[in-house]
Amino acid sequence: MPTHFKYCKDRYDAVVIGSGLGGLTTANRLARCGHRVLLLEHHHRLGGLATWFKRKGHIFDVSLHGFPYGMVKTCKKYWNREIMNSIVQLRDIVFDNPQFSLKTTFDKQDFAALLTNRFGIDPKRIEAFFRRVDTMNFYDDRTMTTRELFEEFFPGRSDVHRLLMEPITYANGSTLEDPAITYGIVFSNFMNRGVFTFQGGTDQLIALMTRELEKNGVTICTGARVDRIETKNGRTTGVNVNGRTIGAPAVVSNSGITNTIYNLVGTDCFTDEFLEQADRIRVNNSSCQVYLGIRPDTSIEMIGDLIFSSRSPVFDSAELLDVNTRSKTFSVYYPKTRPGHDRYTIVASMNSRYEDWSKLDEEHYRLAKVALIDRTLDDLERYVPEIRAKIDWQEAATPRTFNRYTLHTRGTSFGTKFEGLDVSRSIFKQIGGLFHVGSVGIIMSGWLGAINYGVIVANDVDSYLRSIEKV
Amino acid sequence: MTRADITDLIVEIIADIDDEADFDNLDPEKPLRDQLDLDSMDFLDIVMELRKRYKIQIPEEDYPQLATLNSCATYLEPMLKDV
Repeated sequence: MPTHFKYCKDRYDAVVIGSGLGGLTTANRLARCGHRVLLLEHHHRLGGLATWFKRKGHIFDVSLHGFPYGMVKTCKKYWNREIMNSIVQLRDIVFDNPQFSLKTTFDKQDFAALLTNRFGIDPKRIEAFFRRVDTMNFYDDRTMTTRELFEEFFPGRSDVHRLLMEPITYANGSTLEDPAITYGIVFSNFMNRGVFTFQGGTDQLIALMTRELEKNGVTICTGARVDRIETKNGRTTGVNVNGRTIGAPAVVSNSGITNTIYNLVGTDCFTDEFLEQADRIRVNNSSCQVYLGIRPDTSIEMIGDLIFSSRSPVFDSAELLDVNTRSKTFSVYYPKTRPGHDRYTIVASMNSRYEDWSKLDEEHYRLAKVALIDRTLDDLERYVPEIRAKIDWQEAATPRTFNRYTLHTRGTSFGTKFEGLDVSRSIFKQIGGLFHVGSVGIIMSGWLGAINYGVIVANDVDSYLRSIEKV
Repeated sequence: MTRADITDLIVEIIADIDDEADFDNLDPEKPLRDQLDLDSMDFLDIVMELRKRYKIQIPEEDYPQLATLNSCATYLEPMLKDV
């Protein structure tokens, strides 16, 4: 059980600010390395955006959707076997738009077959495309955009571009203008084996992670919002929560990178050059979601696990972000998601801009949410006839909701664009002992990206702590 | 530690990381990555484990030195000579 903040000790080896999957993983790794770790979370619940909420007997997963197979190895190595063993495949991935309607397991073999048979692409070209994306890595050329990559292999084929891009846009907010390597790394992760989920739901995952953290000796405090990261002579000395200082030679911020620099530390602690770099960080877009609970006595047919639904004639990043977008993902949760919990829920997700929602007064905001739910139900009607009669709960979240729960700059639900990664990786060169972990650079986004980045940062922190031990 | 001790140590660490790894026919001259299907996260685990056990600090720019069993031995030999 989380400890009350007043019972925390005055000093730890490392304080982790925020309990997103990155923060949780860094805390766990550091504790396993023998360091004394304090994890602070402002919300009453751990998980960050990997979260859930309960309404009228329904449990709604906010960001479970689906992740690549790499999660199996990652959970085995950095968490435990119980967590690993709960990972199961989602086999029915559906695309439905004016250009094509199809069902796929979303892996390389099935995609290659679809591209050959349905889209008439030369198998040699498909093979060459997969070879290119499979070998992409972080150190490759960053100037090529995803649009250029698609044009090189499938010139003028807007239908193929849509098949390749649409799911990734929902997965991490990236667009055709982002670096091709960010696309290639994420896409080939999925294509490796398909899309997977966590059986038992997000609540079960976070419960298992909490138990593992406690077993490894991490002190966990919820309801503890860090006001300031303290520094002295170019090094971090700890954090301040509600007027109380907790000392630590290492501080890991799992708050957003922009939040960390501008709000938690303050600009006077950084060099002008670093701040110029930080000023150029573009945070990614946010999301809208509509949560629908199906009545307890009602079931729905198998319509797919993930449905990429759009009524837009072609894929268009701007259209996907528009308030009135006709494109959305339906994540359909059947009773198999939570064995023993006999409910169906549907979560519709749309990409969205904070600016489109932040300026509305309360009455217009309320009406805009009602309209959002209404448009979603109209779209869902095509897959679940008479949907309005089948639900007993409907609720909407907007970029304002994401901002409130995560404190992220402009409610971003996918961290930052590519340039955020370099800033995140180099913050410790500005302030000794200060590290950042979180969704940055697109490739460190999503559940798998966040956990793996947590491991990478834990290695940096461990190295730092051991280097100062010697002195 | 001798070179043979060091290659044994690396094999032992990899076995801890991946209990399904098959070390038969491992060629010490060829990249571990290709033979054992290791990814960059696995190499990070090796670096962390070496630090934990022997307090060795391996900077990121030196990671390529860990590519093969023989290159591991060559790189780590001076650091582990007194162990």
